[in-house]
Amino acid sequence: MSLNRKHIKPKLTFFTPNFESEIKIPFVNQGVSAGFPSPALDFLETAIDLNEELIENPKTTFYIKVEGHSMIDAGINDKDILIVDRTLEPSDKKIAVCFIDGEFTVKRLKVEKDGLYLMPENKNYEEIKISEGNNFIIWGIVTYVIKKI
Amino acid sequence: MYALVDCNNFYASCERVFQPQYNGKPVVVLSNNDGCIISRSDEAKALGIPMAAPEFKVREMLKQHDVKVFSSNYALYGDLSQRTMSILRDFTPHVEIYSIDEAFLNFDGMNISDYNEYGDKIKTTLIKGLSLPVCVGFAPTKALSKVANKIARKYPERTKGVYVIDTDEKRVKALKWTKIEDVWGIGYRMKKKMKAKNILTAYDFTEPFYESWIKKEMGVIGLRLRKELLGESVLGMEEPANKKSIAITRSFPKQLYDFDSLRERVSTFASVCAEKLRNQNSCCHTVIVMLGTMEHKTPTTKQYYHDSITLPFGTDSTLTINQAAIRILEKLYEENKGQRFKKAGVIVTQLSNTNEKQLHLFEEENPKHLALMKAMDDINKKIGDRKVKLGTQDAKTWNMKQELLSPRYTTRFDEILVVKCH
Repeated sequence: MSLNRKHIKPKLTFFTPNFESEIKIPFVNQGVSAGFPSPALDFLETAIDLNEELIENPKTTFYIKVEGHSMIDAGINDKDILIVDRTLEPSDKKIAVCFIDGEFTVKRLKVEKDGLYLMPENKNYEEIKISEGNNFIIWGIVTYVIKKI
Repeated sequence: MYALVDCNNFYASCERVFQPQYNGKPVVVLSNNDGCIISRSDEAKALGIPMAAPEFKVREMLKQHDVKVFSSNYALYGDLSQRTMSILRDFTPHVEIYSIDEAFLNFDGMNISDYNEYGDKIKTTLIKGLSLPVCVGFAPTKALSKVANKIARKYPERTKGVYVIDTDEKRVKALKWTKIEDVWGIGYRMKKKMKAKNILTAYDFTEPFYESWIKKEMGVIGLRLRKELLGESVLGMEEPANKKSIAITRSFPKQLYDFDSLRERVSTFASVCAEKLRNQNSCCHTVIVMLGTMEHKTPTTKQYYHDSITLPFGTDSTLTINQAAIRILEKLYEENKGQRFKKAGVIVTQLSNTNEKQLHLFEEENPKHLALMKAMDDINKKIGDRKVKLGTQDAKTWNMKQELLSPRYTTRFDEILVVKCH
């Protein structure tokens, strides 16, 4: 819950509560009784929320599905789901979703003196050197991989 | 200080987020049922493809210039709009969502030394995070921020998409540049009257000479607009409020004349209205049904037929609203037998808050509806696509014509972007 400033006047500022955001609060069903309260009450916590744990920037995070095998040594297999954050800055060694010459791909970024390379994580595939002539975008940075076992 | 942030060619830009191969290429988006062009990329505008043109009229032109055409994908646009708005809230807590692709921002009480720089930060954050290009116009009033935004959009090289009206000199220059029909709130009819009076620019509109005429023609709204353009802020930020009425109207891919088909459509629209009411915690007191014949050739013939029922109690029940809607439809259908209809709609209005629902002594709907509606909403939410329907809604899906629809990349797990690892 945050506060919204409603009217702005020279001296007084009124706030109205904003109920837009949801916060999960543990439900305490202890009733009203005399005697000792349950000691477990002191340790109550909210349930684990994967959205909260795995997604730092929800506004700029997207899910993307993998097709193919060029990244298997990085633990990214066919049909895995990637969590991709577009706010994060690309840098050396990060795994990125890139758009190159009309097609999306996932590769590890390698920054060398002579330029940027897209590195596969599978010895059967070849690295790609990005040159001026490529139509190239780094679309987002992979933060997690979700896989069905 | 206010700002107006406006997304450039929003729908066309949304389509490019997940299909960047169309960056720099002409792109257009069609309305429901693939009828008319409702969004054009800058490249499509440059080709001279007119806004709102019916698709069949420009089909040859689209083909000839290899224009990429999309059906409208509202699930995608809605999600990207919400993301945009919540990013804007990182720049100020005072955001008024004006439309799907526009928002007013207010910076009172904030300490911003350089608005040009701040606007640039808003712009680059949205480009980086969502690939959505925007223009930002800053000014001391809402109406002027609209003007500033237009300038930013018109002169991308000079403004880099951000323009600040922060001196009176800039304000006057901007108003002299702005045609009267481009002023916020001046519609087509008003424009004609203005032109007849020789009010050609926004600056003319602010001349003291016209004040009494504006008061006579436009009343207090016109005077407020005048003050805003003079730099005196009189239109504050609007509080987000629930909608005052909900309307679901659609054109049909082909004309309908049999009652059963019409009943199915109206019934579906009524159900969607009821669901929307429940989502915003409102009840409606009045149900309106309208039918349209859309006779383009003979504008003299009546194009729309409508009627309404006012209920003795407020309701958000699909069953009650549907019953009322069908009763109206029966009447309209009887009265206009033999007509072929191209369009229908259900509108629910006179809304009140569900929590403030007044208990009625004699006339109240069956309390079982409440539990039934909740169960229906829960199931539909779980399995999606509004699978639980009324008997009057046909089992066969009546989807709109959307032959060029892109995937719902952000709202459907089975339609997310697939990336090839080769």
